[in-house]
Amino acid sequence: MLSVEGITVTYPSGTTALRDVTFDLDAGSICGLVGINGSGKSTLFKAIMGFVAPRSGTIRIAGLPVPTALRQGLVAYVPQSEEVDWNFPVLVEDVVMMGRYGHMGFLRRPSALDRAKVDAALARVGLADLRHRQIGELSGGQKKRAFLARAIAQEGRLILLDEPFTGVDVKTEAAIVELLGELRAEGRLMLVSTHNLGSVPDFCDRVVLILRTVLAAGPTAETFTQANLQRAFGGTLRHFRLEGASLHDDADARGLSVLTDDERPLVFYGDRASLAEAPPQTSDAAPADAPAAGEKP
Amino acid sequence: MSELLVPFAYDYMLKAMWVSALVGGVCAFLSAYLMLKGWSLMGDALAHSIVPGVAAAHLLKLPYAVGAFLAGLLAALGMALVRSRSKLREDAVIGIVFTAFFAAGMLMASLNPTSVNIQSIALGNILGISDGDARQVVVIAAISLLILAASWKDLMLVFFDEAHARAAGLRPELLNVLFFTVLSAMSVAALQTVGALLVIALVVTPGATAYLLTDRFPRLLAISIVLGVVTSFLGAYLSFFLDGATGGVIVVLQTLVFLAAFVLAPKHGLLAQRRLAAARDAGPPDPAARPDGEVPQGFVPRETGP
Repeated sequence: MLSVEGITVTYPSGTTALRDVTFDLDAGSICGLVGINGSGKSTLFKAIMGFVAPRSGTIRIAGLPVPTALRQGLVAYVPQSEEVDWNFPVLVEDVVMMGRYGHMGFLRRPSALDRAKVDAALARVGLADLRHRQIGELSGGQKKRAFLARAIAQEGRLILLDEPFTGVDVKTEAAIVELLGELRAEGRLMLVSTHNLGSVPDFCDRVVLILRTVLAAGPTAETFTQANLQRAFGGTLRHFRLEGASLHDDADARGLSVLTDDERPLVFYGDRASLAEAPPQTSDAAPADAPAAGEKP
Repeated sequence: MSELLVPFAYDYMLKAMWVSALVGGVCAFLSAYLMLKGWSLMGDALAHSIVPGVAAAHLLKLPYAVGAFLAGLLAALGMALVRSRSKLREDAVIGIVFTAFFAAGMLMASLNPTSVNIQSIALGNILGISDGDARQVVVIAAISLLILAASWKDLMLVFFDEAHARAAGLRPELLNVLFFTVLSAMSVAALQTVGALLVIALVVTPGATAYLLTDRFPRLLAISIVLGVVTSFLGAYLSFFLDGATGGVIVVLQTLVFLAAFVLAPKHGLLAQRRLAAARDAGPPDPAARPDGEVPQGFVPRETGP
């Protein structure tokens, strides 16, 4: 579905944002694109959207070169909140209708089918009642859902989501994750850029870890490991480790690792990633190296 | 009563009123886009930058539109060059380039006071416009209007979300270039109507007024165009009786409408905001306590934004 082969992107200023990036993704998958700020996540998105042309290498979407795929409306994009002008005079339904533009003729007159698709998309994300609101009047989670509805109305096969969980409460995050799961079942491919590590094993079946180039790519269970993450994030993560006597009374050799960058923490017990049940702020309170004798998990 | 019809008896007044209305309408069309992007000052910069072109065209006896257009293009390229080769912020670059062009125009005009009338460039002279110039203005405005009418939805998409516009198969760079070409062409046309100093008002005020009156772009566009046409027509008409500069009258009218909207607009006006604030204080004490996403009625975040 998405095949990126050896792309190198160099900006006019001379900095190379991406070097020799290669990975392949199949349809019917949710792939997390994980890396620190400045690791090249947004540059990769720009390359897939055709905003920057790679100096070398090729990107193919459903076997087509980027411009052709874009003309056919195969790629949908859910922008980061900061990129959107929330004061723009458009209603929620207008935003969703924008997803249909690629399907309309020269004068962009919506057909009955376009209207039906917009209605369906709005109903699906649960915004049918709010369709006549100006977009800036929605809450953070509703805004995200409005743009997700636009991607659904567009019927893109590849959906790019840029930091979809920033500024979104836990309940909305769960709703979005559920929706992404449904879209995956329909055979779409979602590429989700995120630095929210804790939720990655939650909903991504594949992961691409990048730091200017691909550090690791593959199924979450094999790729999203502590060793790989430490390469991707270097010293920028908080890292707490509890093991041995501070964790167990018995001879259990497993240790507990908590990795966090202020968002939801990622917890390794033994070598297996699991979800932290605790809300993020308590992770800071977890003793890093103090012997927390009485506090057994 | 018949006194009020006097302006319609003069050919030059009829011409002034219709040309003003056309130019005012197309500029208002552009204003709906320009003010949304925070590019309003680009309009001002363009209008000032074309002055040396107009002056040079007068000196060389060329059609003024040709000179103006070349100067505008040169200014735009100049801004792009300075911007890409320095770390200066955009406003500083615009400020430097457009004042340089305007100064050059002033200098050329002051050195040749007989062939170039600086006052008609700075303040416009629609009442005294020659038939040839009027024809140029009408052709420019008509072509601009056609282009805008055919691409207004595409332009809206590009202005709202360039990445999505690209995903929908549009070419944002091309549409941006198209928009700025039309904007420079209309600056040239508006120069004749209200003068270089006031072009900025025609390409900002109607859109800004409409913005206060609606949350839907197509309506904003319609309101803006109607405002532009009516105020420009009326301004030219009134300038007959006031014996004042047409541009001044048009822009004063537009500003009065803006002030009325600013105070009285049903949702985003000053009074409405005050009513809402009062209602909110009297209403449920903690809007944040509502379940996810339930935005309190009448919550208008626009006003709280930067």
